[in-house]
Formats: sequence, structure tokens, C-alpha cells
Amino acid sequence: MTTPNSFRTGPDINGHFGAYGGRFVAETLMPLVLELEQAYEAAKADPAFHEELDGLLKHYVGRESPLYFAERLTNHVGGAKIYLKREDLNHTGAHKINNCLGQILLARRMGKTRIIAETGAGQHGVATATVAARFGFPCVVYMGEVDIERQKPNVFRMRLLGTEVRPVKSGSRTLKDAMNEAIRDWVANVEDTFYIIGSAAGMHPYPMMVRDFQAVIGSESRSQILEREGRLPDLVSACVGGGSNAIGMFHAFLDDPEVEIHGVEAAGKGIDTPHHAATLTKGVPGVLHGSRSYLLQDNDGQIIEAHSISAGLDYPGVGPEHSWLRDTGRVKYFSATDDQAIDAFMALSKLEGIIPALESSHAIAHVMRVAKDMPKDAIVVVCLSGRGDKDANTVAAVLGEKL
Amino acid sequence: MSRLGPRFADLKAQNRAAFIAFITAGDPHAETTAALLARLPEAGADVIELGIPFSDPMADGPAIQASSLRALEAGMTLPKVLELVRTFRKTNKKTPIVLMGYYNPIHKYGTAKFAKDAGEAGVDGLITVDLPPEEDDVLRLPANAQGIDIVRLATPTSNDRRLKTILDGAGGFLYYVSITGVTGTKSFAEGDVRAAITRLQAATALPCAVGFGIKTPEQAKAIAGFADAAVVGSAIVERIAAGEGIDAVISYCAELAAAVHTARNGTVIG
Repeated sequence: MTTPNSFRTGPDINGHFGAYGGRFVAETLMPLVLELEQAYEAAKADPAFHEELDGLLKHYVGRESPLYFAERLTNHVGGAKIYLKREDLNHTGAHKINNCLGQILLARRMGKTRIIAETGAGQHGVATATVAARFGFPCVVYMGEVDIERQKPNVFRMRLLGTEVRPVKSGSRTLKDAMNEAIRDWVANVEDTFYIIGSAAGMHPYPMMVRDFQAVIGSESRSQILEREGRLPDLVSACVGGGSNAIGMFHAFLDDPEVEIHGVEAAGKGIDTPHHAATLTKGVPGVLHGSRSYLLQDNDGQIIEAHSISAGLDYPGVGPEHSWLRDTGRVKYFSATDDQAIDAFMALSKLEGIIPALESSHAIAHVMRVAKDMPKDAIVVVCLSGRGDKDANTVAAVLGEKL
Repeated sequence: MSRLGPRFADLKAQNRAAFIAFITAGDPHAETTAALLARLPEAGADVIELGIPFSDPMADGPAIQASSLRALEAGMTLPKVLELVRTFRKTNKKTPIVLMGYYNPIHKYGTAKFAKDAGEAGVDGLITVDLPPEEDDVLRLPANAQGIDIVRLATPTSNDRRLKTILDGAGGFLYYVSITGVTGTKSFAEGDVRAAITRLQAATALPCAVGFGIKTPEQAKAIAGFADAAVVGSAIVERIAAGEGIDAVISYCAELAAAVHTARNGTVIG
């Protein structure tokens, strides 16, 4: 399946993607992280594990998700044909559930009895709360106070699902601090607790495991476009915060040299201002939350606050596999500003009757920009990673409306 | 060369445990740290652990997290931490200093350059919380070449196989984390810690220190009865946070030191 020059064979045995990845964790967690890796390898080799996961993805999540030809958006842009991979139609409204189901099955296999998670926008928190309810686990989700304020509907959804949402008051009170707090909880509850990480970041084996559980996005897209168009797309694109929907979308296409791949980061108020989350564009390699990867940091190695209008992209790090793909040049990374994301959010809503998540709107904005200059018979596939209902308050505020 | 080996050898000859005091560099100002450093040895600190502040201290509880933020807000940086050590060494050539922190500031500084500058400043040991043995060659090799020990952590989750990995390349002393949790939160069970130290002492010739859960002179004394060193951090840092003056913090450290030093024979030696 893989060629000698494959981009799909990583990570190595120590969790490295080239110079990135690894296991940079406190000693208390090392035995757990090693045990998790063994348990995951065993599950991966067990057909019963896949059978159960596939059944849940089909009957509980509603996979496969459609690959939708956005005809009016395409005509509006006036260039390449734009297809949307509809992860917004999954149960819970985003791609996050794909990974949460995989990890909770693993937690049960390992005999763990308590679930913890971090969340930014609340999408991963809701997906974790959902699978915890479905499998009857007590669940604690750490969420920054700032994010709790801007994502109230998701906080309520988590509570409805029986999860305890713990506000994080330390640091910048956003996603990175929620992750710090979840790691502190894990260190203190090593015997019974399983940490469901939502992004393709963190210590090995998480970046690999999250990618594997999200790779269904790209493998479905690949066969769907082959069926619809009889050939592979010219461009595949997705938004990148930590990068889970993007790596899930990209992985199936990495060894197809004719397919160009673009990741889209959040440029916030502009990458030449201090207010952005464009880690791969403006960051430098460093170590945070268990892996070596590009990071937004100052000259002293202190982590800098990220900014994005979309809470799900508001993270100063990025998954290590993206850092490696950036350096190898296989994937190119761009960015879209808050304003461009809002414009794309409005355009997709009005042209297609689809309200996209603000995260996904960054990818839509980029694709609208580049598809314009591509021939009309070119094909673009973009991951619509989530639905935008959760962002109604944020967008209303930008438009000067009160809900 | 590291002062840790000679210091622990002296203490062993006197049959007493070491008192290791932790403070965060630059908390709340560089001047406070400089004043504390200068007086900790006379208060009875056998080894000083100096925290390098970091924006995201994942292994630390609220007290040390807050101390890191205070230090960063006051402008503390890694070069300034080394400057504090350099100043301390002008008047003190004997008390070992161990820097404790997270990897990213050192990674950003450059591991080889950091090892060289730390060695020249007079640093004796390094504890890098999130740099496990599997990943630490890049720092350990240049640090050892400068005569700096890499101090490794063992924890309640360290099984025999893990312990072997931890001890391979460990120097100075072995730091036993007495609880599963972050600094300054849970309290340890003495029997469990005693059993763990017995096991570690059988596995290594390095002195075995205990930290992460010691809050009172009584607890420090209990630990010093069987371990080679007792580390106190959060409880000292909390006093600094409460605005207690340097005299008060130093006299509290003297109390802790006396408890540690009298644990085995009831008298203060030297």
C-alpha cells in the first residue's frame, strides 16, 4: 500500500514525524502513555474493535457523510468545481465524534472508568460528553472561562448530556489552559482515568490515533469523488487549528502526487498583527503539551496567546504531523482572517443553505479565493468540518445584531 | 564539576538528610530571589532548587503556577535566571543549585548553548519536567560535558522496567515524586513513600530525595528519617505569595531545615 517514498508511514516507533512529535510528558505519565500505545496497537489489530467502531459510525453517527457538489457556490466563484465533505451532518454536528467513539471504545477495552477531555469551541467537549453518555462513563470536561462565555450553548449541551464542565481560570483561560488542566487531572488520577484528546496534537500515540480515527473523512472523500468524477481532485483543503479534521481529510491523499493539498490556519486580525493563530505560518518549533511542533512563542520560549474569532482554531500549537508535512512541502499552509471567515460563513449560508462552523469557514474562504483562478473542469474538495449554529452569537455580534 | 556529589557525600558522613528548598526565579521580583538565594544556605538549605518560570507549567499546582506567572509578569527570562545564579556564585562556591523547569524555554535558548552558559554560571543540576529519558540526549550530553548532572524523577507509577530507563543517565540525586499529582496538592502516605524509597535505594547508589507533597516541618522530619533529602517548594512559595518578608521566609526555611537535620539523631550538626 505504501511506496518507499510514502508520506503515510509515520510516525516512527517513538512517535516522531521527522523532527516532530515524540512523548514530552512528566515521568508520572510515561508508563500510562506507553501502556496506551500498546493498547491502541492491540485494538488496531483486532477485527472486533473495527467492527464495533464501524457499526457505531454507521448507525450512531450517520456515516458515510455526503460529498456534496456546491453548485451555486461554484457558479458564484466562477472557477473550479467545489465539493463539500459534509462532516457537519454527523451526529453532534462536527467531525469530532469520529475520534471520540474510537477513543472511548479503547478506554473501555483498557478497563478505565472515568473520562476527561479539554475543549475550546466546545465541539470536542460535546462529542466527548455524547460518547460518555452513550457508554455510561462519568465525564469531566475542562474549558477555559473565556470559551465558556463565548460558547454557552455548547456548555449547556454538555451538562444536558451529564458531563461536568470545569471552568479553567489559569493562564489565558482558553484551549491551551484547558489542556494544561486536563493533563494535571490525568496525572492525579492515573489509575482510572482515560484522557480523550480531541486534536491531532499531544503526546504520542495521540496524534497518530486521532489521525487514524479521523482518516475516515479522507478515505470516504477519495472514493466518493472517484465515483462522482472518475478521477482524483486537483485540490483538497481543510482548516487547521490543532489539525484533526485536516489530517483526517489529507491522509488518504498524501501519496497522490497529482492532488495538491492546502491547510488553512486562522489569521485572526492579520498575520502581521499579534492577534492570530497561524502557527505554521508564523511560529517556530518548540515543545508543548507532549510533542515537538510549531508553536507561537516569544524569544524566551514562553507560549504566546493565539487569537481567532473561531474558538476551535484558537490554539498556539498544531499537530506534529502537520509540522512535518509543512517542512517536507507535501502540504502547503495558508491562512484566512476573521473577516474573510465571516464573509465565507455568509456566502455559504446564502448560496447553499448551509451554515458552516466558523472553523470550517476559514477553509471555505481559502477555497473561494483559489478556485476562482482554476479552470472550470478542475475539482476542489473541502472539508466542512462542522455546522455553524453554535456560532450564531459570535456572528450576530460581528454584524451588530443582538439575539 | 557538579557540587551535588560532594554535598551528599558530606551529609552521608554526618548521617543526616539534605533539606532542599525550592523557589521560583523572579517571584515576585529578581531582587527578592537574589536576597533569598544569598540567605538560604545560612538558613540550612543544603541544596537550592531554582524554578525557571514557564507560561504553561503542566506538572505544577496552583501555588507554583501563580509564582511562575508573577515572575514572568515581572520580566524574568531564562538568561536572567542564569544571571541570578552567576550573582549567587560570587559569594557562595559550595551550595549546589539545581534548575527546575520545562523544556520549551531551554529548547528555544538552544540546548548546547544553554548547557555551556549554565555550566559557566555555576549550575550543578537540571530537572526538566517534560523531557523524559527517551528524548533527553540533546540536553544530557552537553550538560554532562559541562559537569552538570541531569536529575531524573521517579514516581509511584514507575515500574521496574521504567526505573531502569530512568536511572540510565541519571545524575546528582534521584527525585521521588511522592504523590500521583501536581506539586503542592495531595499529601503522601508515609508508609508508601518509605517503601518506595527502600526500593529506589536498592536500585541505585544515587541519593534519593522526596518531594511534591511536603508542606510542614513535621512532614519534612518524617521523610528525612529514611530518605536522603526532603524537598519543599509550594509551602515556601505560598509564603512569598502571601507577602511575607524575606526574614519571615528565611526563618520558615530555617525551621524546615532544623526539622530535616534533626530527624535522625535529634541534634543539629555543623
